[in-house]
Amino acid sequence: MGLLAYGDTGWGDELFFAMLMTIAVATAAIFIGFLLAAIFASFKLSKIKALNLIGSFYTTVFRGVPELLVIYLFFFGGSGAVMYVAKIFGYDGYIEINAFITGAISIGIISGAYSTEVFRGAVQSIDRGQFEASEVLGFRKKIYYYKIIIPQMLRLALPNISNVWQITLKDTSLISVTGLVEIMRMSYIAAGSTRDPLFFYSFAAVLYLFLTFLSMKLFNKLEKHYSRGY
Amino acid sequence: MDLMIESLPRLLNATKLTIELTLLSLFFGIFVGIFFAVLRTSKNKIFYYISYYYSYIFRGTPLLVQIFIIYFGLGQVEWIRESFLWIVLKEPYSCAILAFTLNTGAYSSEIFRSAFETINKGVLEAAEGLGLNKINTFFKIKLPIAIKQSLPAYGNEMILMLKGTSLASTVTLLDLTGVAKHIISTTFRPVEVFIVAGSIYLLMTFIIHNFIKFLEKKYDYT
Repeated sequence: MGLLAYGDTGWGDELFFAMLMTIAVATAAIFIGFLLAAIFASFKLSKIKALNLIGSFYTTVFRGVPELLVIYLFFFGGSGAVMYVAKIFGYDGYIEINAFITGAISIGIISGAYSTEVFRGAVQSIDRGQFEASEVLGFRKKIYYYKIIIPQMLRLALPNISNVWQITLKDTSLISVTGLVEIMRMSYIAAGSTRDPLFFYSFAAVLYLFLTFLSMKLFNKLEKHYSRGY
Repeated sequence: MDLMIESLPRLLNATKLTIELTLLSLFFGIFVGIFFAVLRTSKNKIFYYISYYYSYIFRGTPLLVQIFIIYFGLGQVEWIRESFLWIVLKEPYSCAILAFTLNTGAYSSEIFRSAFETINKGVLEAAEGLGLNKINTFFKIKLPIAIKQSLPAYGNEMILMLKGTSLASTVTLLDLTGVAKHIISTTFRPVEVFIVAGSIYLLMTFIIHNFIKFLEKKYDYT
C-alpha cells in the first residue's frame, strides 16, 4: 500500500490527478462528439441524398476503423494540418498541438459517430403525431425542434448516451500512446519506475471500474429524473 | 499516391495477422461466452456471481488495461513464471489472444445470456414433454435457438473484436495497425496510410456484416 501514498513517496496523488485527466478528456470528447452528432444526425435525417451520404460515410468510417488508427492519424497528422493552415495565413514556424487536444478531438470524432446513430434513432422513434401536431399548431420549424422534438429525443436517447459515455471513457485509455498523462500513462510510468506492473495495471483497472460504476449510477439517476411522468 | 501503392503489400501482409488474431479470439471466445452464459442462468448463487463479476470486470475496464495486465503484469509473479502457464504468457502473441478471448468472452456471455433468457417457455415444456433429457434439450433445442437469436448482436461483437485486435500493436505485434503506425512514423504521411489501412479494415467489417446478414437469412425459420 506504500506505493499509493500521497506525496513524494508514493503514486497516490499522481494517479488521482491522472484520473481527473481521464475524466476531463472523456468529457471534452463526448461533448465534441455531441456537437458532431447533432450535425451528422441531421444530415442522416435530411431529405437531401448527398447529405445522407456524407452522414453515412462519417458513421461507417469512424465506427469501422480501429480507434488506435484514428488516434495515430491525428497524432501524426494533426500538427501537420495545423501548420499547413498557418502557412496560408503567413506563419512559418513549427506548431505542436497539445496531446490533450489531439486526444479529445480524435476520441470525440469516434464518439460522435456512435452518438450520431443514437440521436438519429431517438428522433426516428418519436411519435410521428408529435411532428404533425407541432406543424398543425403553426410552430416555426426552429421552435418546434428546440421546444418539442429535442427534449423528447434526449429522454429517449439517454440510455444509449450512457453506453456511448462508457465506450468513450474506455477509449481514452488509448490516448496514452500519444503521451497524455491519464490513468494508463501514469500507470505505465509508475510500473516502469517501481518494476511492479501487476500492481499498477490492476490498480488502473480498479480506477476504470470505479469510473464506469460511478457513471452508471449517475446515468440511472438521470434516466429516472427524465422519465418522470411516463 | 505512390506511398499508398508502395505500402499496400506490407499492409496486406500484416492483415493476415489481424485476421488470425480476430478469428482465434472469436473462436475461443464463443466457448468462454457460452460457458459463462450457462453459469449465469444457473440457479447456484456462487456460479451466478462468478459469471456476473467476470463479465462486469471485463466489460468495465478498457481492453488495453487487460492486455497490459496479462502481458506485463502476470510475468512478474514468481510461481507463474515457473509453471507451465509461462509457455503461454511469455509470448506477446498468445498473451494478446488470451486477453482478446477473455474480453470477447465477457461481451458474448451477455449476448448469449439474454438469448437464453428469451427462449419461449413453451418450447422447453414441449422438450420436457417429449422426454428429452437435460443434455439433449441444451444441445438440440436451447443452443440452436440461442445462437440464432444472438446473431445480430454477435455480429456487432465480431466487428468490435476486429477493431480490438489493433491493440495487439501495443505489445509489439505487427498487425495491420502496428505496421500502419510503423509506416506513418517513418514517412510522416499519416493520411495516405490511414486511407489504405482504414479501407482494409472497412472491407473486413463489410464482409463480417454481410456474413451475419447471410446467416440471419439462412436461419430465419419464421
